[in-house]
Amino acid sequence: MQSAIAVRDLTKKYEEGTSSTLALRGVDLDVHSGELLMLMGPSGSGKTTLLSIMGCILTASSGSVRVAGREVVGLNEKQLPALRLEHIGFVFQGFNLFPTLTAGENVELMLDLKGLSTSKAKKRSQELLEQVGLREKYTAFPSDLSGGQKQRVAIARALAGDPGIILADEPTAALDSHTGRNVMEMMSDLAHKRGRAVVIVTHDSRVLNFADRIVRIEDGAIARKPEAEMVPSGLLSQHFSQSGLSLA
Amino acid sequence: MPPLAQRNLFHDKVRLTVTLTGIVFSVVLIVVQLGLFLGFTTATSNLIDHSGADLWITSKNVPYVEQGVAFSERKLNQVRAVPGVEDAQKLITRWTQWKRHDGGQDSVQIVGINVDAKMERPWNLVEGRVEDLKSPDAVILDELYKQKLGVSHVGEVFEIGGYRARVVGFTRGIRSFTTSPYVFTSFKNAQDFANLREDQTMFILVKVAPGANIEHVRRDLLDRVKDVEVFKTAEFSRMTTFYWMFTTGAGVAVLIAAVLGLVVGFVVVAQTIYATTVDHIREFGTLKAMGAPNSYVYKVIMKQAAIAAVLGYALGMIVSVFVVHGSQKGGAAILMPPQMAVGMFFLTLLMCVGAALVSINKVTRIDPAMVFKG
Repeated sequence: MQSAIAVRDLTKKYEEGTSSTLALRGVDLDVHSGELLMLMGPSGSGKTTLLSIMGCILTASSGSVRVAGREVVGLNEKQLPALRLEHIGFVFQGFNLFPTLTAGENVELMLDLKGLSTSKAKKRSQELLEQVGLREKYTAFPSDLSGGQKQRVAIARALAGDPGIILADEPTAALDSHTGRNVMEMMSDLAHKRGRAVVIVTHDSRVLNFADRIVRIEDGAIARKPEAEMVPSGLLSQHFSQSGLSLA
Repeated sequence: MPPLAQRNLFHDKVRLTVTLTGIVFSVVLIVVQLGLFLGFTTATSNLIDHSGADLWITSKNVPYVEQGVAFSERKLNQVRAVPGVEDAQKLITRWTQWKRHDGGQDSVQIVGINVDAKMERPWNLVEGRVEDLKSPDAVILDELYKQKLGVSHVGEVFEIGGYRARVVGFTRGIRSFTTSPYVFTSFKNAQDFANLREDQTMFILVKVAPGANIEHVRRDLLDRVKDVEVFKTAEFSRMTTFYWMFTTGAGVAVLIAAVLGLVVGFVVVAQTIYATTVDHIREFGTLKAMGAPNSYVYKVIMKQAAIAAVLGYALGMIVSVFVVHGSQKGGAAILMPPQMAVGMFFLTLLMCVGAALVSINKVTRIDPAMVFKG
């Protein structure tokens, strides 16, 4: 599989005044297209920092991060957003939908950023909402949607940019188990049916069996234990068969 | 672009009300303070600006119109003999006492004119005619001061400087900067009311012939008429305004209030626009995380500020028009000429956009990583 993200000897140091905290130290990691990788670890272990750096939101202190074949360490404030827009879609724990925009407009906002005309953006946004099973919610505001529906709109928005990489931070944390499983099925489809590289930070043990690979982070480094990187073999097919919802 | 700016503004009605209230408050505050300043400034030189004269001849060292010093009216003939002078008329302005029916006295400023001439005639008459001033004891005053001077209707008789005075008409909106109302009368009456000798005047107003150069005529007058000063009307107007507004300190207070109005207005607008932006800071963080360049986020914030400015201005002007209209019946006029209304629009826009720039500074420093924090 092609490496969508390649992290080498990554270090991130947070400095505040005279004190500094080493959030990541010497991390090496590859994420491949068509793979669903889960990042796990205790709070403060550095999972979200790693996700942010892979998402070109945070800059590394040292090391190398290649996203879609391009070295991102050293890119400036103008180049990083352009790279995010081109290659990365985000799904957040708190959904981060714009409460004043309808579901359709939330998706269209991303398409507008990509430079689509209003009419094309509207058509595409309807298609994307249909893919996540929410076409009828096009004019609904986020406050009128359930948690699961909000996260599906967020996924449609992440897909609107047609990114090769999807980064998700605790996407099921605010959802009940049934809705969480639906969302995970979609994420799984994105990786396996549509060839996206999907990275999910999670504490939710209920969704682990959707992972192709689980990477455990402890104290800013990938844990070198036998179970630190594992593939929960045999579980994926079982869950796919239970799936009642999938991406078109 | 999806209507993010409009929705951000209109979605939360309470926040919208607070934002618009802040802008409306600022617009009205600035209009009132600047309008008061303009009203006072205009009032100081009302007589000069409405004189219709091109040049004012005064005694030496007269700093402003109320400080005129009497001189011989024989100079009038010398003035009329100067080439380029089309018309020259005597004028008296002097403070004297008005005696009310109840025995109380008030200071008034007599304005004595040649009723047959075209210069310094009372304007905006709402009752009576200027020609009525030809009667021996006739006076015209502004309706604003009816109560102050105890006047209720035309025909009433009072006493000015110990002489009989009969009200023959009223004007509207001729304010005095001081507490002494203008009382228009004939030149002859004014000499009596102001206790001047029969051969004295205080000013000579000059109308320059069409085609003549005002500056040349002014220099000729200075050469040919001794012991006088000759000012262009605009110059004498400025001198009078400057005296009242700055030498006395009265205007400085009004000017400071106007500047404070501007500053407070700007701060209120800045605070409300800033608060509106901060309310949506997480969304702007999300936009940045999604890959929106800063310019895209700025456009949303600017649009938001511009819409708020237009709405706030419109509402603010409605309130201001009522305030300005209401002030016309009071002693202190608040003026709002069309140029000020137009200028106020751009000022409001500038304030809102300026305030948005402060917000932008905040948004620029948003760490997009905030989107991962719960």
